[in-house]
Amino acid sequence: MSDIQTVKLSNGKTAQAHTYLFYNNKFVPGNGPLIETINPTTEEVICKVHSADAKDVDAAVDAAHNAFHSEWKKVAAAQRGRYLNKLADLMERDIDELATLEALDNGKSFVVARDVDITDSIACFRYFAGWADKITGQTMETTYDKMCYTRLEPIGVVGAITPWNYSVMMPVWKLAPALAAGNTIVLKTSEVTPLAMLKLCELVVEAGFPAGVVNVITGYGQITGAALTGHPKVHKMAFTGSTQSGRLIMDSSAKSNLKKVQLELGGKSAQIVCADADLKNAAFWACGGIFNNHGQSCNAGSRILVHESVHDEFVKLFIEEAKKIKVGDPFDPEVTQGPQINVAQFNKILEYIDIGTKEGAKVAFGGKRIGSKGYFIEPTVFINCHNQMRVMREEIFGPVVCIGTFKTVDEAIEIANDSDYGLAGGVYTSNIDTGIIVSNALEAGTIWVNSYDIFDQSTPFGGYKQSGFGKELGLDSLREYSHIKSVKIQLVSRL
Amino acid sequence: MTGSNLLVDVKLSNGKTIQVQTGLFINNEFVVGDYTLDTVNPATGEVITAVQAADTPKVDEAVDAAENAYQTVWKDTLPTERQRLMLRLADLIERDAEELAQIETLDNGKPFTNSKFVDVPALLGTLRYYAGFADKLYGKLINTQVGTSLVDREPYGVCAGILPWNFPLSMLGWKLGPALVTGNVIIIKTSEITPLSALKVAALAKEAGFAPGVIQIITGYGKTAGTALSRHMRVSKLAFTGSTMVGREIMKASADTNLKKVTLELGGKSPNIIFNDADIDQAVKFAHRGIYYNQGQICCAGSRIYVQEGVYDQFVKGLQAAATTGKSGDPFDLTTMHGPLVSQMQFDRVMDYIESGKAEGAHVHTGGKRVGDKGYFIEPTIFTDVKPEMKIVKEEIFGPVAVVTKFKDEDDVVRLANDTVYGLASAVFTKDIDRALTVAKRIQAGTVWVNGYNLLENETPFGGYGQSGIGRENGEMGLDNYLQYKTIKINLNVKL
Repeated sequence: MSDIQTVKLSNGKTAQAHTYLFYNNKFVPGNGPLIETINPTTEEVICKVHSADAKDVDAAVDAAHNAFHSEWKKVAAAQRGRYLNKLADLMERDIDELATLEALDNGKSFVVARDVDITDSIACFRYFAGWADKITGQTMETTYDKMCYTRLEPIGVVGAITPWNYSVMMPVWKLAPALAAGNTIVLKTSEVTPLAMLKLCELVVEAGFPAGVVNVITGYGQITGAALTGHPKVHKMAFTGSTQSGRLIMDSSAKSNLKKVQLELGGKSAQIVCADADLKNAAFWACGGIFNNHGQSCNAGSRILVHESVHDEFVKLFIEEAKKIKVGDPFDPEVTQGPQINVAQFNKILEYIDIGTKEGAKVAFGGKRIGSKGYFIEPTVFINCHNQMRVMREEIFGPVVCIGTFKTVDEAIEIANDSDYGLAGGVYTSNIDTGIIVSNALEAGTIWVNSYDIFDQSTPFGGYKQSGFGKELGLDSLREYSHIKSVKIQLVSRL
Repeated sequence: MTGSNLLVDVKLSNGKTIQVQTGLFINNEFVVGDYTLDTVNPATGEVITAVQAADTPKVDEAVDAAENAYQTVWKDTLPTERQRLMLRLADLIERDAEELAQIETLDNGKPFTNSKFVDVPALLGTLRYYAGFADKLYGKLINTQVGTSLVDREPYGVCAGILPWNFPLSMLGWKLGPALVTGNVIIIKTSEITPLSALKVAALAKEAGFAPGVIQIITGYGKTAGTALSRHMRVSKLAFTGSTMVGREIMKASADTNLKKVTLELGGKSPNIIFNDADIDQAVKFAHRGIYYNQGQICCAGSRIYVQEGVYDQFVKGLQAAATTGKSGDPFDLTTMHGPLVSQMQFDRVMDYIESGKAEGAHVHTGGKRVGDKGYFIEPTIFTDVKPEMKIVKEEIFGPVAVVTKFKDEDDVVRLANDTVYGLASAVFTKDIDRALTVAKRIQAGTVWVNGYNLLENETPFGGYGQSGIGRENGEMGLDNYLQYKTIKINLNVKL
């Protein structure tokens, strides 16, 4: 099988897709099993891709290791920034191709893939390009006979394992700061959505990155992922995915070389709607907060807590917003919600809808599959939920929101914090004190006030509690990809 | 006259003809000024062309345009858009690099190889470096007893930059970069001696898509345009690079009018210190670069060279050999190392200093004379047998004249080095780690080079101690000049 395959889109057009592994600036066959990647819109196989076995992972890591210790080290920091900006330029040029592969492989709307996923990924590269020559240490005063300073140094070879829900953006959130900080990288994409990133690898070569700096492979977690997380030459692992897999990553690090670990895991984020909220505004944002990306977001605002006095009005406005969602083929420009990613997720979500109903929650909107081909599920609204229900505690990762009520703001905070997770939260209020007090009190890494799911490159993102640790985006993410070294120079003549 | 009539054809000494812009760049248009002035080619002494110049009326017009641009467009322009525009301008400068280098050499006299391989790339590097800061201007969040305070950093609005003639393009970058990225609009007044190259950049700024009034470029005499800008009630911040004498006038003007924030990058008489254990070959080469590069017309020139007794003879011999190789001649000749000084006035000044050195009893070890009889060329000059009280040791000459002094030990040389009103830069040549760091700490100067000289980079701040100036340019610190802190203190806990 050759590297480039022609794949069919549901609109009758075709696209080209790479299917090999990418390392050392080349597309190379893999020795792992061939993996079928499925089109969730049609339930059909798009094509097969090569996966990496342990030997392939070794080869990719060696490429990254050699590049770090030779070519990449010699590249001036400002030049690293120029490579990242060039890559962004090329992604802009080929935005339609990238968005097509994302929509095909993941099932999200092409328009959303282009205007959100790829556009934000481009912005991410541009943001971190600007940091490359601005990573400074500090000098500090100690005693008069010494001069002391810190250096921020790249770690070396970093590993990354990324999920299927944003198959370009999640990898870019790791590539950009890793490269800006001077590291080289081996990134394993989800075997469920391997295609779009392989197109990006083509652009990596065109942008001029030296061979071995960026390496992208795919494969099953237990083969490829395990080989990467256990690798002795990889000194940091950045993982985005389920909390369950996150534990395995930490375990693997503990058992191998204690590599630095950064985890961005699941969530069950609460959106709090106060009595004095602008309810129309709240309904608009809260709806996007859960249904964006078909509910397949780690930071989905999947619990909504509404003050009892405005509950009915809010639910009415919320459902009006939900009705605006058009579910269908990703390449239909009117569509805002495509299918769920695969049959496993599809079944899990339907099962949770069943569980919720049995637990006493009421389906106020949706609740069923749409059509008979493709993993389409209606945007679903549960009301009458309380915080001990499984549907209020466990991550569903689908277009299912659970709405409950509260009497006082303190109660809302308590309910919101009563979770093993802590990735994000939202509060809707017109009162400045409430906005600040609630955002201070919520135990979560990002709090939106009077909006939800708005991302910026300069604000760090990452969870509390079992939603993980470490930050992506913003200056703080550069720390994750750097070592801090203290240098203390004794002035012998002054002793 | 319209914008197109303000373009003038000029023939270069290499036979090529280029077009230069001669208007004032106000509100994205090239316009006629309040008067005109001539700009001279220092390699020939001949007038290149007349250019439009500004007095109070045109300065007022520019400030009005700047204010309008800030309030209606730039204030609400996204940081990522500021970055995009700056990077686009850089790309256009790169596209037209050859032309820019030609104009720079024509107007300033610096060798074309310098303009092409140093000055234009420096401008590019500064714009690209600062562009990256656009969405990275962090403030602070401070929790206190009262509640929550957001300490934001906000631009001033209308800023002005007054440029010197020694590095017209590079200094343009040092002002445009930090001003624009922080969200300010800026009016640049170029030196009336070198107005041409910035006007080419102005055309590129318009092509890049900057809205009218965001970047404006004018020229004029200090007494007219410079005074009008430094006294203007609606310019909130002014950055000046030039002589200490004029720097005082700028501060006085600010004190007299609206207390506009002023940063000054002024003169220097920087000490270059060479210890016995230095790598003498490198020390000679860097000392040569330190005083003879750009014809000695550098604020941070290593114009006082202190050499420890043990290596004095060897060093002076080496410096003399270096000073006497290197061709003075037509700047467009690619084998030329030394161009002319920038003007008749500068030429006369430097020759006067050379005469005063002789009169005060210093010894002309090499050089000291004009080169040829056309253009403002002066031989690289070394004075020895100098005393600290001599004019040539105390005052900034701003020409290719080095004064060399022998010293005994560290205490001796630190005392000599710090005996100055200035404090812009300095250097220490030694292999000893203790000595390098200790002397660096003891020298009162804004930059201390260890085993190098005149190595300027975008990432590291630059500016003076003492009468060499106020504030720093380049690096993250360069942004401080263009931002003001606003504390938004939200009371959560105090109820009366």
